Amino acid sequence: MNRTYLAIAIALTLSFSVTARAQDQTEEIEELRQRVQELEDRLDQQPTTAEPGLPTTAAQPTTTSGAPAPTSNKFNPAVSLILNAKYRYFELDPNTYTVGGFIPPGGHGHGGEEEGGHGGGFGPGDRGFSLDETELAFSANVDPYWYGFVQAGVLDGGIDIEEAYIQNSGYVPGLLVKAGRFFSGMGYINEQHPHAWDFVDAPLVQLAMNGINYGDDGFQLRYVAPTPLFLEFGLEAGRGANFPGSERNENGPNAWVGFVHLGGDVGFSNSYQIGASYRDTTADEREYDDEDSLGNEVENLFSDLKSKTYGVDFVWKWAPNGDPSMRNFKFQAEYYRRKEDGQLEYDFEGEGAGPLDGPYSSEQDGWYAQGVWQFMPRWRVGVRYDRLDSGTLNYGPISDGTISREDLQQLREHKPERASIMVDFSTSEFARFRLQYSQDKARFDETDQQVIFQYVVSLGAHGAHRF
Amino acid sequence: MRRFTVVFCMALACSLPAVAHGEARAFACEPEWAALLEELGGNQVAVYQATSPKQDPHRVEARPSLIARMRRADLVVCSGSDLEIGWLPVLLQAAGNREVQPGQPGYFMASDYVRRLDVPDRVDRAMGDVHPYGNPHVHLDPRNLAIIATALSKRLAEIDRENADFYVARNATFQERWSASIERWEREATGLKGLRLVTYHRDAIYLANWLGMDLAATIEAKPGIPPSSRHLAKLLSQLEAEPADVIVRMAYNEPKAPAWLGEKTGIPVVELPYTVGGTKQAKDLFGLFDDTIDRLKSAVSRS
Ligand SMILES: [Zn+2]
Repeated sequence: MNRTYLAIAIALTLSFSVTARAQDQTEEIEELRQRVQELEDRLDQQPTTAEPGLPTTAAQPTTTSGAPAPTSNKFNPAVSLILNAKYRYFELDPNTYTVGGFIPPGGHGHGGEEEGGHGGGFGPGDRGFSLDETELAFSANVDPYWYGFVQAGVLDGGIDIEEAYIQNSGYVPGLLVKAGRFFSGMGYINEQHPHAWDFVDAPLVQLAMNGINYGDDGFQLRYVAPTPLFLEFGLEAGRGANFPGSERNENGPNAWVGFVHLGGDVGFSNSYQIGASYRDTTADEREYDDEDSLGNEVENLFSDLKSKTYGVDFVWKWAPNGDPSMRNFKFQAEYYRRKEDGQLEYDFEGEGAGPLDGPYSSEQDGWYAQGVWQFMPRWRVGVRYDRLDSGTLNYGPISDGTISREDLQQLREHKPERASIMVDFSTSEFARFRLQYSQDKARFDETDQQVIFQYVVSLGAHGAHRF
Repeated sequence: MRRFTVVFCMALACSLPAVAHGEARAFACEPEWAALLEELGGNQVAVYQATSPKQDPHRVEARPSLIARMRRADLVVCSGSDLEIGWLPVLLQAAGNREVQPGQPGYFMASDYVRRLDVPDRVDRAMGDVHPYGNPHVHLDPRNLAIIATALSKRLAEIDRENADFYVARNATFQERWSASIERWEREATGLKGLRLVTYHRDAIYLANWLGMDLAATIEAKPGIPPSSRHLAKLLSQLEAEPADVIVRMAYNEPKAPAWLGEKTGIPVVELPYTVGGTKQAKDLFGLFDDTIDRLKSAVSRS
């Protein structure tokens, strides 16, 4: 009992010293530390009920207790590799694929997956068997302040750095600072790597507005508010070289993104997250190839284009008692609207007349909604519906009758639509096999039937995904 | 001048340990750690329990609400040893709370303080989702909890220095009651020695080790891999050749496979709480072991 009195006495002096005047505070804090140390030593001597010789007597952290480290060197970064292969059946030639009424993010209206480059892959991919991008990720703490992450996509053509950033979490309470190349926090699906998607391909609206994954080189600030509900604000500034922006050869940032997320639970079984985002960027010399009404090739060049994108997103997850291992349901939906305003140069070859130039503005939108139901362990089924609207378009040479909207073949009025169903089976947390069927009306007049079989497996470090 | 002093004092308060005044906020990954925090922290610690006893702790969704709680926590208490590998890292990353990052006083992994069993010699995912650092389900040996309680009370004292004496006293009281209970449980459970258990996952290894029972087989084919009908058939013939005494279904396990196996083999199926709140009787840590032993004993007497 002596010991307890002593501890109380120490604690009392300790609390007095806290309220004492603030001069020589460093000294005092040092003293304080020593006292706590003494206190801890006393605690150490407290009898524990463990009897000697029993298997559970280690009193010190034993992180190294003979456990084989997953890597031979503990300072090695966590490495993971995502393998992804597909078989695709397309009724229509994928080289004629286009999302009608929308400017193609890669600059080409038609084409297979390879043509896009980074943030590319705007077509539905190749017919038949193919090994798609293999993703390689490294991550580790750099030092007590920074965490580093790299994810590269390895293709036959080379390596594409999808993300490479450093991040500080909480140096200022609630503040996350990210710098380098990263997927933007706008929307919901944008930040997810393709292997984490619930369908083989990205929603059409994601494709048309963000070009698969909208990423940028720059920095991101996220602030998580100290509230009972999850409330997060994000701000990004970046180079803005990716669609819908363009390379600008300027010192300042060309793309700004702001977003807010709000999330919480409803009872034990339901949780949700809603978000809103905004992107402001400009494009100069952003071009795309098209045809006029007679089928002649046209090159369209945007300059001084202001591009603003607004989005809202919603996710709802249900799992009985919060345990998703047996059954669970996930619903997600996103809506985007994009307004563009600038100059368009319309350069048609042949016929000798020089390029036309005029003010251009457009307003387009689209959305998707999907539900995925795990009805028994390992098995899930999902349904998705995509819808876009080519919206309004104003272009000087069209209003003054020089050309017609039919001469901007790609930007004709259209409401692309797609319906997809999928079923997937996971042999474990690390391997998923998926079969998907889509009826795709992204092209202007034709409907494509698509059947895709895919596997996605991960090797190495145990993945952990965000909500 | 006055205002300056106030600002100065506020700045000073910020530089002092995390909990300057008011109660410390703890984030407990699993119910057993929430219960232990309540034993040790009393009314000085506000405990948030991240998962329910019906939830499989291996497979938890990194929900926004958990990020919000993590954001405001002074202390995070989890099992560790990669039990929460699928969700805890996401929460730590997303919450922006420096105080609870690994290596900080606010990061407490209970299994770090005890000797782990089932440490694999080599790790290969062909073996399923094995726990590479050994079995993390350490709380089912009450002797482990005694060691962890002392370590945790030290940690509480470090984080909330103003109340250090309080945690010392709470731990002393807890240890006294706990060691008396352990003695009683060990007396009551003598008849369970040598009992052969079939469990869903090897989450009862510490319980079995404590009471001298055997884990004869698992219902899951491999860690994290649900049983296929082929695996169940194999298990059935294995149990016919070498019968077990009890089939254990923990509160978070799905009921079908254990029930099917019990029906086919005639081996009694017993539902154990696994953690605090897993059954009605397991109201706190004492109730957890009272009820676990009661249920095992009555299952044995039935057979
Ligand atoms: Zn486990």
